Amino acid sequence: MLPPFGMPKTLNAPNPHRLPSTVARDDEHLLVAAAKRGDVHAFEELVSRYEAKIFRLTMNITRNREDAEDAMQDAFLKSYAHLKDFQQDSRFYTWLVRIAANEALMRLRKRRPNQFSLDEPVEGDEDLLPRELEDWGPSPEQRFAQTEMHEILSEAIDKLDPDFRVIFTLRDIEELSTEETAKVLGISIPAVKSRLLRARLKLRQKLDRYFRRGETN
Amino acid sequence: MNCKGVIREISDYLDGELELPVRQELEHHLEDCGDCKMVVDQTKLTVDVFCDEEPVELPADVKSRLHDALRRRLVEKGN
Repeated sequence: MLPPFGMPKTLNAPNPHRLPSTVARDDEHLLVAAAKRGDVHAFEELVSRYEAKIFRLTMNITRNREDAEDAMQDAFLKSYAHLKDFQQDSRFYTWLVRIAANEALMRLRKRRPNQFSLDEPVEGDEDLLPRELEDWGPSPEQRFAQTEMHEILSEAIDKLDPDFRVIFTLRDIEELSTEETAKVLGISIPAVKSRLLRARLKLRQKLDRYFRRGETN
Repeated sequence: MNCKGVIREISDYLDGELELPVRQELEHHLEDCGDCKMVVDQTKLTVDVFCDEEPVELPADVKSRLHDALRRRLVEKGN
């Protein structure tokens, strides 16, 4: 009998620090190699390690809990089914992010066929210049409790247009490279860059009302 | 470089992807323009706060459904 899925194993319990593409826990390649040999416990450990991050990714893309859950579940199932095809010259997590992003994008396109398009050119530069600037003070991160900060960031990203949101999520939260992001989305590198610039500036603007010095939490 | 040019280059500047002469031009502008300096700093902080945020733990019901689905698949594949 297999032990219940997700139960602690002999491998290290997941304590994932922020996990950008560039920061791998040292044993990831060992777990992947073991999982490829059929060690289900190793695959379970990979799932336990990355499930929260993958759910955040699919939530950030779809902004719909049901779709996010389905996309996450299918991403893990597909990664397991295709594990033998995974070439270990890149990180498993990056490969998993690509699968999960595609699952989430498919659901986003289905739910919002007329609201999400990466084919449209982005608007001109005129609206990019920020207005009414005000100092944010020394460290907004210390002025808000963790849960409050989470709500602020969630609200800000929720209000971003889907195409900007997707690119910001892949580039700045998941830390895929510009090239990787372009490949996942099937668009050009300049298209990624122009949307990333706008996403960052728009998010700065959305956070401004919370972070201005003198605003209380 | 003027303010509009700085805004246009902010992303590449923050990512360290500007050619040296352009970066120097931009930084020269920042020395004299408090507004642009503020926008650059705040945009960097915007990226940092999202990047630094830990994901919240998977909700118990979501976790349970995920693990059930995976377990079914593992059992199927094992048979």
